[in-house]
Amino acid sequence: MPDVKLTIDGEPVAVPTGTTILKAAEHLGRSIPTICYHDHCTANGLCRICVVEVSGVGPLVPACLTPVNEGMKVTTASARAERSRRTILEMLASAVDLSEAPEIQKFIGEYRAQGARFPEAQRREYPVLDDNPMYIRDYSKCILCWRCVQVCAADAQFTYAINFTGRGFETGIGTFFDKPMPETTCVFCGQCVGVCPTGALKPKRESLLEQGLRPDEIIEATRGGGNRRGKPR
Amino acid sequence: MSDPDLTRLRSMLAELASQGRSALLPALHAAQRLYGWLSEPVATEVGRALGVPLADLHGVIDFYAMFYRRPVGKTVVRVCGAPVCALAGADSVADALCRHLNTRPDEISSDGEFTVEHAPCLGLCDQPPALLVGESALGRAAPEQAADICARSRRRAVSFVGGDMRSLTVNCGDGQPTSLTEYRDRGGYAGLRKALTMTPQAVLAEVKASGLVGRGGAAFPTGIKWEGAAKAQGQPRYIVCNADESEPGTFKDRILMEEDPHRTIEGMIIAAYAIGASRGYIYVRGEFPCAFKVMGEAVEEARQAGALGKTIFGAGLDFDIEMRLGAGAYICGEETALLESIEGKRGFPRIKPPFPATHGLFGKPTVINNVETFCNVPLILERGAAEYRKIGTEKSPGPKLFCVSGQIQRPGLYEMPFGVALRHLLFDLAGGPNPGRKLQAVLMGGAAGAFAIEKDLDVLLSFEQLSAAGLPLGSGAVMVFDDTADMREVLRRTAHFFADESCGKCYPCQLGTVRQYEILDRVASGHAVSGDRERLLDVGGTMIDASLCGLGQTAATAVLSGMKVWPELFEAGGKGRRAKGKEQSANSKEQE
Repeated sequence: MPDVKLTIDGEPVAVPTGTTILKAAEHLGRSIPTICYHDHCTANGLCRICVVEVSGVGPLVPACLTPVNEGMKVTTASARAERSRRTILEMLASAVDLSEAPEIQKFIGEYRAQGARFPEAQRREYPVLDDNPMYIRDYSKCILCWRCVQVCAADAQFTYAINFTGRGFETGIGTFFDKPMPETTCVFCGQCVGVCPTGALKPKRESLLEQGLRPDEIIEATRGGGNRRGKPR
Repeated sequence: MSDPDLTRLRSMLAELASQGRSALLPALHAAQRLYGWLSEPVATEVGRALGVPLADLHGVIDFYAMFYRRPVGKTVVRVCGAPVCALAGADSVADALCRHLNTRPDEISSDGEFTVEHAPCLGLCDQPPALLVGESALGRAAPEQAADICARSRRRAVSFVGGDMRSLTVNCGDGQPTSLTEYRDRGGYAGLRKALTMTPQAVLAEVKASGLVGRGGAAFPTGIKWEGAAKAQGQPRYIVCNADESEPGTFKDRILMEEDPHRTIEGMIIAAYAIGASRGYIYVRGEFPCAFKVMGEAVEEARQAGALGKTIFGAGLDFDIEMRLGAGAYICGEETALLESIEGKRGFPRIKPPFPATHGLFGKPTVINNVETFCNVPLILERGAAEYRKIGTEKSPGPKLFCVSGQIQRPGLYEMPFGVALRHLLFDLAGGPNPGRKLQAVLMGGAAGAFAIEKDLDVLLSFEQLSAAGLPLGSGAVMVFDDTADMREVLRRTAHFFADESCGKCYPCQLGTVRQYEILDRVASGHAVSGDRERLLDVGGTMIDASLCGLGQTAATAVLSGMKVWPELFEAGGKGRRAKGKEQSANSKEQE
């Protein structure tokens, strides 16, 4: 593949055709912030925190998805991009519990985003779902990065146990008619837990450890009678 | 709750099964018609028959406002909540209906017959407040008619159709569908017959030469779109008609479909010939059951007459059309979200590029155009591009439909050549504001539009002139507000609409539409707090700059436009909802 030449923040770089702006910037040692992006998941350009300015293009473009073009001039930290990043972070903090999302907290600091910018803001708050011996689901911490849905489907496991519920701000992640995980097609592979960036999905044992249970109590509580779908009800 | 008898559902699903997931919306509609709502056993049966994972199926049901996972009344009464209907008293109609039925919104009346709901724009903005009672649309509803409304003893009025010219709307205005025979007797299908004597390349060249641009709001050159699909690799190719007209204040496509369905079909067939497509879809929004029925009957009529199917009019063209009914999702007016919806998925907009011309429906080359756009095509072929270009201006050729609604004497659909003055449309044709009232503002382009005020009235209605004046043409919505209108309430309603209709895919829109609504709710009730102005600017700017699709990118334009026109309304500690009537006139003077 021939190389494509472009500049990022004025610095020239040549990368193979098809490379995204995000990867081209990494090549130069520049880091563009991302939230929903994961190297092993299909990129969907959801969080828009990676938006950058490209000369001659009106709207900001998501660096995670946009392939480089010959002669492209990219500015990674224009005032518009920074305003969008800061505002997205502030809106996210106003809606979701980010207490176990260290990467996002780091961005909030870097972009001087005010976590309490929006007074009287409706938050997405749900009861913790603890319905199986493998993992708990605390969707008050869910930022809707889609990674769990994607690895459960065609990005990895082809299990299709979870998908979206609701719409818009009220979008959530859930099962068919809100069934407990053991009654779904879930195979408890744990990949969703592995890709969750905010602690919304957490191993049950980690959660019990945090609650101060002793290892033997934890094993007892999560062994599920030799059946990983849990004890028969 | 006893398990429903699934026998009828199973036989219905057996017919759809071969279509797989793309039959999901039709199957869910059919199931809901059988059982009233989509219970777990019913949904399970649908998912199994069509091979859709059950969690995905749940996601689809939840996405569309008109599919229910809970029981609802036998008849759902939807009350329009868009700004124009709100100004005309839609809320008091909803209250009266609930009182009459002794129920509350979203609940089932005690006899199990009714559920009253708030709905987004129902496309009857010319006769507000609008209702959809089951599948019957109703305009100019009044609270004292609650009993009649529930008895369905009232009928909808005919929409007024006028304007300086009548070519797209020549068969519209009587409230009746034009039959195939009538359409042909009045010169219909002449454009197609002419096209069939030309090569597909020549047809394409003619459409390109006409300068036609899309009438759905994005104004993309139609010929270039077609050319992209004609050149793209892949078979089959598709023609899709975007009849998901949902922009608040817009009702032109509804009238075109209900009163002259064959014009759209003819435009689609010509498009199919030009790009070599063999299959087409017409996707009508769920809130337009009448337009869906009329279009479906017209498609069947065209099939019987040999205008659809194999060897159309004896020429070497095979093309057929399938109907699709949406289920309550404004986002499906976005072209890629609409394609996803036809494919039986949640209406999430796709990342562009690639564009539908190369990677459209089922990943194949696809032309997707708006109803009004297709309706221009027969005209172009029949008259020739040169003659067509004599209508309108150099840069905006052709006729344009304007949907005039709100506080004006003669709301209706007006067909105009591009380039006439807004003042001419509003005052000479639509009669100006009601007696004793003064014009305060005109929301151009719908909820995703911007405000024109007195000083803008001489702007000429063409893409180039409007753009120079900083006003969008959008879908052709022209919503008029007089000096009694509380513009904060108008903006609050607009913001509520976007918060309700955001698909939730990208963060700026998913979060921003709700934060924007919350602030405007404070502003409208006189409780704006310090910093709300800056919050609105940051949220709006972020949605415009960083959203994934056109919905988010325009969800703040009316708000930001309103902030420029009436900055005093957005200050902390504002005066609250402005009083109606005399005090109102006093207030409006401050703005002059």
